[in-house]
Amino acid sequence: MNETPKLNSFRSGPDEDGRFGIFGGRFVAETLMPLILDLQDEWNKAKTDPEFQAELKHLGAHYIGRPSPLYFAERLTEHLGGAKIYFKREELNHTGSHKINNCIGQILLAKRMGKTRIIAETGAGQHGVASATVAARFGLPCVVYMGATDVERQAPNVFRMKLLGAEVKPVTAGSGTLKDAMNEALRDWVTNVDSTYYLIGTAAGPHPYPELVRDFQSVIGTEAREQMLEAEGRLPDLVIAAVGGGSNAIGIFHPFLDDESVRIVGVEAGGKGLEGDEHCASITAGSPGVLHGNRTYLLQDSDGQIKEGHSISAGLDYPGIGPEHSWLADIGRVEYVPIMDHEALEAFQLLTRLEGIIPALEPSHAIAEVIKRAPKMGKDEIILMNLSGRGDKDIFTVGKILGMGL
Amino acid sequence: MDKRFADLAAEGRPALVTYFMGGDPDFETSLAIMKALPSAGADIIELGMPFSDPMADGPAIQLAGQRALKGGQTLKKTLEIARRFRADDQHTPIVMMGYYNPIYIYGVERFLDDALEAGIDGLIVVDLPPEMDDELCIPALKKDINFIRLATPTTDDKRLPKVLENTSGFVYYVSMNGITGSALPDPSVVGGAVQRIKGHTQLPVCVGFGVKTAEHARAIGASADGVVVGTAIVNQVASSLSEDGKSTGATVPGVEALVRGLSAGVRSARLVAAE
Repeated sequence: MNETPKLNSFRSGPDEDGRFGIFGGRFVAETLMPLILDLQDEWNKAKTDPEFQAELKHLGAHYIGRPSPLYFAERLTEHLGGAKIYFKREELNHTGSHKINNCIGQILLAKRMGKTRIIAETGAGQHGVASATVAARFGLPCVVYMGATDVERQAPNVFRMKLLGAEVKPVTAGSGTLKDAMNEALRDWVTNVDSTYYLIGTAAGPHPYPELVRDFQSVIGTEAREQMLEAEGRLPDLVIAAVGGGSNAIGIFHPFLDDESVRIVGVEAGGKGLEGDEHCASITAGSPGVLHGNRTYLLQDSDGQIKEGHSISAGLDYPGIGPEHSWLADIGRVEYVPIMDHEALEAFQLLTRLEGIIPALEPSHAIAEVIKRAPKMGKDEIILMNLSGRGDKDIFTVGKILGMGL
Repeated sequence: MDKRFADLAAEGRPALVTYFMGGDPDFETSLAIMKALPSAGADIIELGMPFSDPMADGPAIQLAGQRALKGGQTLKKTLEIARRFRADDQHTPIVMMGYYNPIYIYGVERFLDDALEAGIDGLIVVDLPPEMDDELCIPALKKDINFIRLATPTTDDKRLPKVLENTSGFVYYVSMNGITGSALPDPSVVGGAVQRIKGHTQLPVCVGFGVKTAEHARAIGASADGVVVGTAIVNQVASSLSEDGKSTGATVPGVEALVRGLSAGVRSARLVAAE
């Protein structure tokens, strides 16, 4: 008897037009289309090129420090008194977050395409730092667009980028956050399309970006799956990650999507609550629309104008989300829930004290969800959470809120 | 629209295509601007639909959109501007220009019906390349609304046929890789590009991005079937506003004077070409 082929997989998207169900696509100006098609060709070649894969693997091991550890958070587990909690320690990567996984991959693509200049957008500055880092490593000039509000609240990362030789351009349009930085990066790209590679930091934007960013980040889930099997002899019951644009989340989710026994939860930034406009919960409180090259859940008004959103965490402060998350939400494979600013802040402090790990405010949202769920789960159950970045960059923001002058 | 271009060809001059932002700085003023355009010399009108995140536009049009949105402009009101204009002027073609999301949220079929009813002749939607034709282009063509496509310097001969496939009305050639309101490139380079596109299509080719003065209009109009002016008009509106952003007695006359000058430019364009 032949084995029946698996008819349904949650891992086969996107289709050749970059669609995940109704989401995704290529909603860009004509100037960018030829380049996006070139990028797609190059990516299709690179995917199956052993030399490319070998270089990626080598840099992963020796430059980023992969594999990142899978860590059993014993004290947090004990404190919460329920499920066993494991962290995938992406905050231990070079540059302090998962962002570097994608940057290394994309700069190798840029090199293959003969591009001589790198641009990037950044919110918290983690992607900006990772982009500036790989640009330094490969000797390419780099311009990072960053909302003026974020430049202010993420000063350490701005300085890091400058030390690495990148030019940081503050964007004052709109509310001066990630959305505005992305608009400005797109304007730069349209103007300098011949020389420039746009190194998008999250699994969003026009096809093929959501796919290729996901594939570069999927190393997180692939490793974690193997590490979990080794540590516990089985898969986790629950996988949790914070979602802004959603690259760390799709990276850890994707390799588990076809494992039926694994529940998956994405945590959105609930900001100051979902009643008003001061949150970034695109899936929980938004609706499908078209922005930045793709159709996805967005925060928007009844006229289709995009709202600004708010989060304590600059990295989650984006009114959209990667298109694959929108699809996973619609088909019900992944559950998306909001966590408020104050809950993230409490989680930040609890983890710091209990485990001696200062998390970034972005994964602090995921930790807050773990804190809610773990006590309700049995001691024989397992939670895997993506600890996507370290919190050094956030100590000034947190200090200010806690009333400690730094 | 086809008749307008045919008439102009018979006259032996290119079209002056004028862009302004619907609702900038308020509904009534922008309606007054639109009504003033034809007599000042505009042959075709592009009516801008404001969007919060205009990724292909420079600072001038970004700010115009923000002013309009702040003044309460919506897509419904922009359609209303067209409808009110059409009541008095049945001949000047109107092309609505903007981004897809407000149309998508309005509902594509409902938008096309309302646009037809308002007397809209064509659409330019910046973030809908041919790969996305099923979204709006095909439904618009089915209702006899022109779908005008942008061609750019990156649109090479291999890609041009795809870009032109479902294009109607005219081809909008973007004179440079960049955002609206940038500096004008060398007219002779633009002329070469226009000839290249004409090698692929019978449609009129209009050129925009960077045309600010009557001189520019004359130089570009020597080779193109039409000259698009946007940022200069939007800047003219901006410079006429009071400190708190309200229209003044100079707002509409300022635009009229500018368009009159540009019109003189396109009217003498072929004289230059003949020299």
